[in-house]
Amino acid sequence: MASPQELQVQHKREVETKQESTVPARVFLPVTDIFETEQALTVILEMPGVARESLDVSVENDILTIAGRIDFSKYEGLQPVYTEYNIGNYSRSFQISSTIDQSGISATIADGVMTLVLPKAEKAKPRKIKVN
Amino acid sequence: MFPNFNDPFSALFTLQRALDARRASDWLGDRTTGSGAYPPINIFQQGDDFVAVVELPGVERNDLAIEAKESTIRISGKKTIAYASGASVHRRERVSGTFDRTIAVPIRIDPDAIRAEYSDGVLALFIPRAERDKPRTIKIT
Repeated sequence: MASPQELQVQHKREVETKQESTVPARVFLPVTDIFETEQALTVILEMPGVARESLDVSVENDILTIAGRIDFSKYEGLQPVYTEYNIGNYSRSFQISSTIDQSGISATIADGVMTLVLPKAEKAKPRKIKVN
Repeated sequence: MFPNFNDPFSALFTLQRALDARRASDWLGDRTTGSGAYPPINIFQQGDDFVAVVELPGVERNDLAIEAKESTIRISGKKTIAYASGASVHRRERVSGTFDRTIAVPIRIDPDAIRAEYSDGVLALFIPRAERDKPRTIKIT
Protein backbone atom coordinates (compact mmCIF):
# COMPACT_ATOMS: atom_id res chain seq x y z
CA MET A 1 0.00 0.00 0.00
CA ALA A 2 1.17 3.50 -0.76
CA SER A 3 1.48 6.01 2.05
CA PRO A 4 -1.74 7.87 2.87
CA GLN A 5 -2.38 10.55 0.34
CA GLU A 6 -4.21 13.79 0.75
CA LEU A 7 -7.79 13.57 -0.44
CA GLN A 8 -8.86 15.58 -3.45
CA VAL A 9 -12.37 16.81 -4.15
CA GLN A 10 -14.27 14.75 -6.71
CA HIS A 11 -16.90 16.67 -8.56
CA LYS A 12 -20.24 14.94 -8.72
CA ARG A 13 -21.20 13.57 -12.11
CA GLU A 14 -24.77 13.86 -13.24
CA VAL A 15 -26.78 10.98 -14.64
CA GLU A 16 -27.10 11.25 -18.40
CA THR A 17 -30.07 9.56 -19.98
CA LYS A 18 -31.55 9.53 -23.44
CA GLN A 19 -34.94 10.45 -22.05
CA GLU A 20 -35.54 13.64 -20.18
CA SER A 21 -37.14 13.21 -16.80
CA THR A 22 -40.41 14.93 -16.12
CA VAL A 23 -39.07 16.32 -12.87
CA PRO A 24 -36.39 18.95 -13.46
CA ALA A 25 -34.26 18.06 -10.43
CA ARG A 26 -30.77 16.78 -11.15
CA VAL A 27 -29.76 13.22 -10.30
CA PHE A 28 -26.17 12.28 -9.52
CA LEU A 29 -24.08 9.20 -10.25
CA PRO A 30 -22.74 7.59 -7.11
CA VAL A 31 -18.97 7.11 -7.11
CA THR A 32 -18.46 3.35 -7.47
CA ASP A 33 -15.85 0.66 -6.90
CA ILE A 34 -16.32 -2.82 -8.29
CA PHE A 35 -14.13 -5.77 -7.47
CA GLU A 36 -14.32 -9.47 -8.02
CA THR A 37 -13.26 -12.43 -5.95
CA GLU A 38 -13.67 -16.11 -6.69
CA GLN A 39 -16.99 -16.17 -4.87
CA ALA A 40 -18.62 -12.88 -5.68
CA LEU A 41 -18.67 -9.52 -7.36
CA THR A 42 -18.75 -6.61 -4.90
CA VAL A 43 -20.14 -3.22 -5.86
CA ILE A 44 -19.53 -0.29 -3.49
CA LEU A 45 -21.36 2.99 -4.04
CA GLU A 46 -21.00 6.29 -2.21
CA MET A 47 -24.32 8.00 -1.57
CA PRO A 48 -23.87 10.50 1.24
CA GLY A 49 -27.16 11.56 2.81
CA VAL A 50 -29.08 8.44 1.80
CA ALA A 51 -30.62 6.51 4.68
CA ARG A 52 -31.20 2.75 4.61
CA GLU A 53 -34.93 3.08 4.03
CA SER A 54 -34.48 5.42 1.05
CA LEU A 55 -32.54 2.88 -0.98
CA ASP A 56 -33.88 0.91 -3.89
CA VAL A 57 -31.97 -1.97 -5.45
CA SER A 58 -33.50 -3.99 -8.25
CA VAL A 59 -32.48 -6.46 -10.93
CA GLU A 60 -34.49 -6.64 -14.12
CA ASN A 61 -33.41 -8.15 -17.44
CA ASP A 62 -29.85 -8.50 -16.13
CA ILE A 63 -29.70 -4.78 -15.32
CA LEU A 64 -28.83 -3.96 -11.74
CA THR A 65 -30.28 -0.59 -10.76
CA ILE A 66 -29.45 1.27 -7.58
CA ALA A 67 -31.42 4.36 -6.59
CA GLY A 68 -31.02 6.43 -3.44
CA ARG A 69 -33.14 9.34 -2.30
CA ILE A 70 -31.85 12.05 0.00
CA ASP A 71 -33.99 13.62 2.69
CA PHE A 72 -33.91 17.23 1.60
CA SER A 73 -36.56 18.28 4.11
CA LYS A 74 -33.60 18.67 6.47
CA TYR A 75 -32.69 21.76 4.46
CA GLU A 76 -35.99 23.45 5.18
CA GLY A 77 -35.45 26.86 6.76
CA LEU A 78 -31.79 26.94 5.79
CA GLN A 79 -30.62 29.74 3.55
CA PRO A 80 -27.43 28.96 1.63
CA VAL A 81 -24.70 31.57 2.04
CA TYR A 82 -21.70 29.69 0.65
CA THR A 83 -21.73 26.40 -1.26
CA GLU A 84 -19.17 24.11 -2.85
CA TYR A 85 -21.30 21.15 -3.92
CA ASN A 86 -24.85 20.38 -4.91
CA ILE A 87 -27.12 17.71 -3.55
CA GLY A 88 -29.62 15.42 -5.19
CA ASN A 89 -30.86 11.89 -5.50
CA TYR A 90 -28.57 9.17 -6.81
CA SER A 91 -29.07 6.59 -9.51
CA ARG A 92 -26.83 4.15 -11.36
CA SER A 93 -27.31 0.96 -13.37
CA PHE A 94 -24.97 -1.84 -14.34
CA GLN A 95 -25.32 -4.67 -16.80
CA ILE A 96 -24.66 -7.90 -14.95
CA SER A 97 -23.96 -11.24 -16.55
CA SER A 98 -25.98 -14.41 -16.07
CA THR A 99 -23.14 -15.86 -14.01
CA ILE A 100 -24.48 -13.93 -11.02
CA ASP A 101 -26.83 -15.70 -8.64
CA GLN A 102 -29.45 -12.97 -8.76
CA SER A 103 -31.49 -14.29 -5.85
CA GLY A 104 -28.45 -14.17 -3.56
CA ILE A 105 -27.63 -10.47 -3.90
CA SER A 106 -27.22 -8.79 -0.52
CA ALA A 107 -26.80 -5.13 0.42
CA THR A 108 -25.57 -3.19 3.45
CA ILE A 109 -25.10 0.53 4.02
CA ALA A 110 -22.90 2.39 6.50
CA ASP A 111 -21.79 6.04 6.64
CA GLY A 112 -23.36 6.76 3.25
CA VAL A 113 -21.55 3.90 1.52
CA MET A 114 -23.51 0.94 0.19
CA THR A 115 -21.91 -2.46 -0.33
CA LEU A 116 -23.64 -4.87 -2.68
CA VAL A 117 -22.44 -8.46 -2.80
CA LEU A 118 -23.40 -10.33 -5.96
CA PRO A 119 -22.56 -14.00 -5.45
CA LYS A 120 -21.53 -16.00 -8.47
CA ALA A 121 -23.70 -18.87 -9.59
CA GLU A 122 -22.28 -22.32 -8.82
CA LYS A 123 -21.51 -23.01 -12.46
CA ALA A 124 -19.49 -19.82 -12.79
CA LYS A 125 -17.15 -20.46 -9.89
CA PRO A 126 -13.64 -21.45 -10.89
CA ARG A 127 -12.88 -25.16 -10.69
CA LYS A 128 -9.57 -26.84 -10.32
CA ILE A 129 -9.11 -29.65 -12.79
CA LYS A 130 -6.96 -32.50 -11.69
CA VAL A 131 -4.52 -33.88 -14.19
CA ASN A 132 -4.37 -37.63 -13.99
CA MET B 1 -35.98 34.35 -2.38
CA PHE B 2 -35.95 31.32 -0.17
CA PRO B 3 -37.04 27.97 -1.67
CA ASN B 4 -40.66 27.11 -1.28
CA PHE B 5 -41.09 23.55 -0.06
CA ASN B 6 -44.83 23.24 -0.63
CA ASP B 7 -44.52 21.44 -3.93
CA PRO B 8 -42.46 18.29 -3.45
CA PHE B 9 -41.71 17.95 -7.17
CA SER B 10 -40.14 21.34 -7.60
CA ALA B 11 -38.79 21.65 -4.06
CA LEU B 12 -35.59 19.71 -4.74
CA PHE B 13 -35.02 21.56 -8.00
CA THR B 14 -35.51 24.89 -6.24
CA LEU B 15 -33.07 23.85 -3.54
CA GLN B 16 -30.52 22.78 -6.17
CA ARG B 17 -30.83 26.16 -7.88
CA ALA B 18 -30.47 27.98 -4.57
CA LEU B 19 -27.30 25.99 -3.87
CA ASP B 20 -25.92 26.79 -7.32
CA ALA B 21 -26.62 30.48 -6.88
CA ARG B 22 -24.33 30.61 -3.86
CA ARG B 23 -21.59 28.47 -5.41
CA ALA B 24 -18.24 29.66 -4.03
CA SER B 25 -19.78 32.98 -3.01
CA ASP B 26 -17.50 35.54 -1.39
CA TRP B 27 -19.17 35.07 2.00
CA LEU B 28 -16.06 33.41 3.44
CA GLY B 29 -13.92 36.22 2.06
CA ASP B 30 -10.20 35.61 1.72
CA ARG B 31 -9.78 34.17 5.22
CA THR B 32 -10.17 30.62 3.99
CA THR B 33 -8.22 28.74 1.38
CA GLY B 34 -10.48 28.77 -1.62
CA SER B 35 -12.81 26.07 -2.73
CA GLY B 36 -11.31 22.90 -4.11
CA ALA B 37 -10.02 21.58 -0.82
CA TYR B 38 -11.39 18.35 0.62
CA PRO B 39 -13.95 18.00 2.05
CA PRO B 40 -16.37 20.28 0.20
CA ILE B 41 -18.49 22.39 2.53
CA ASN B 42 -21.88 24.07 2.21
CA ILE B 43 -22.76 26.81 4.68
CA PHE B 44 -26.32 27.87 5.47
CA GLN B 45 -27.85 30.54 7.61
CA GLN B 46 -30.65 29.58 9.97
CA GLY B 47 -32.01 32.63 11.68
CA ASP B 48 -29.10 34.16 13.58
CA ASP B 49 -27.10 30.93 13.50
CA PHE B 50 -25.22 28.98 10.86
CA VAL B 51 -25.08 25.37 9.72
CA ALA B 52 -22.13 23.84 7.86
CA VAL B 53 -22.87 20.62 5.97
CA VAL B 54 -20.02 18.39 4.82
CA GLU B 55 -20.25 15.17 2.80
CA LEU B 56 -17.83 12.54 4.08
CA PRO B 57 -19.04 9.20 2.72
CA GLY B 58 -17.09 6.25 4.05
CA VAL B 59 -15.44 8.17 6.87
CA GLU B 60 -15.98 6.50 10.20
CA ARG B 61 -17.14 8.61 13.12
CA ASN B 62 -13.99 7.71 15.10
CA ASP B 63 -11.75 8.84 12.24
CA LEU B 64 -13.23 12.32 12.24
CA ALA B 65 -11.93 15.20 14.36
CA ILE B 66 -13.51 18.64 14.70
CA GLU B 67 -11.88 21.56 16.49
CA ALA B 68 -13.08 25.11 16.92
CA LYS B 69 -11.37 28.23 18.18
CA GLU B 70 -12.64 31.78 17.90
CA SER B 71 -13.98 31.99 14.32
CA THR B 72 -12.02 29.05 13.00
CA ILE B 73 -13.27 25.51 12.55
CA ARG B 74 -11.00 22.65 11.62
CA ILE B 75 -12.21 19.37 10.17
CA SER B 76 -9.67 16.60 9.81
CA GLY B 77 -9.56 12.85 9.54
CA LYS B 78 -8.94 9.94 7.27
CA LYS B 79 -10.89 7.77 4.94
CA THR B 80 -9.84 4.21 4.45
CA ILE B 81 -10.93 1.77 1.78
CA ALA B 82 -10.30 -1.93 2.23
CA TYR B 83 -10.51 -4.37 -0.64
CA ALA B 84 -10.87 -8.06 -0.01
CA SER B 85 -7.55 -9.80 -0.41
CA GLY B 86 -7.09 -11.47 -3.74
CA ALA B 87 -9.77 -9.36 -5.37
CA SER B 88 -9.37 -8.14 -8.92
CA VAL B 89 -10.55 -4.58 -9.32
CA HIS B 90 -12.90 -3.80 -12.21
CA ARG B 91 -13.65 -0.20 -11.41
CA ARG B 92 -12.00 2.12 -8.94
CA GLU B 93 -13.60 5.54 -8.58
CA ARG B 94 -13.55 6.01 -4.82
CA VAL B 95 -10.56 7.73 -3.27
CA SER B 96 -9.05 7.36 0.17
CA GLY B 97 -6.52 9.26 2.21
CA THR B 98 -6.22 11.95 4.84
CA PHE B 99 -7.80 15.37 4.94
CA ASP B 100 -7.40 18.49 7.02
CA ARG B 101 -9.38 21.61 6.28
CA THR B 102 -9.77 24.80 8.23
CA ILE B 103 -12.44 27.39 7.55
CA ALA B 104 -12.66 30.82 9.08
CA VAL B 105 -16.15 32.24 9.17
CA PRO B 106 -16.66 36.01 8.86
CA ILE B 107 -18.84 36.15 11.97
CA ARG B 108 -18.20 35.86 15.68
CA ILE B 109 -19.25 32.43 16.80
CA ASP B 110 -19.62 30.66 20.10
CA PRO B 111 -17.06 27.85 19.66
CA ASP B 112 -18.06 26.09 22.88
CA ALA B 113 -21.65 25.72 21.72
CA ILE B 114 -20.99 24.15 18.31
CA ARG B 115 -22.93 20.93 17.92
CA ALA B 116 -21.97 18.21 15.44
CA GLU B 117 -24.18 15.51 13.99
CA TYR B 118 -22.90 12.76 11.72
CA SER B 119 -25.25 10.41 9.94
CA ASP B 120 -25.29 8.59 6.59
CA GLY B 121 -21.91 10.05 5.67
CA VAL B 122 -23.02 13.65 6.14
CA LEU B 123 -21.60 15.88 8.87
CA ALA B 124 -23.71 18.81 10.04
CA LEU B 125 -22.14 21.45 12.28
CA PHE B 126 -24.59 23.73 14.04
CA ILE B 127 -22.69 26.94 14.67
CA PRO B 128 -24.35 29.44 16.98
CA ARG B 129 -23.57 33.07 16.44
CA ALA B 130 -21.98 34.75 19.45
CA GLU B 131 -24.52 36.66 21.50
CA ARG B 132 -22.53 39.90 21.17
CA ASP B 133 -22.46 39.53 17.39
CA LYS B 134 -26.22 39.34 16.92
CA PRO B 135 -27.90 42.37 15.45
CA ARG B 136 -29.74 44.55 17.94
CA THR B 137 -33.08 46.09 17.31
CA ILE B 138 -32.92 49.78 18.04
CA LYS B 139 -36.05 51.32 19.38
CA ILE B 140 -36.95 54.80 18.25
CA THR B 141 -37.81 56.83 21.26
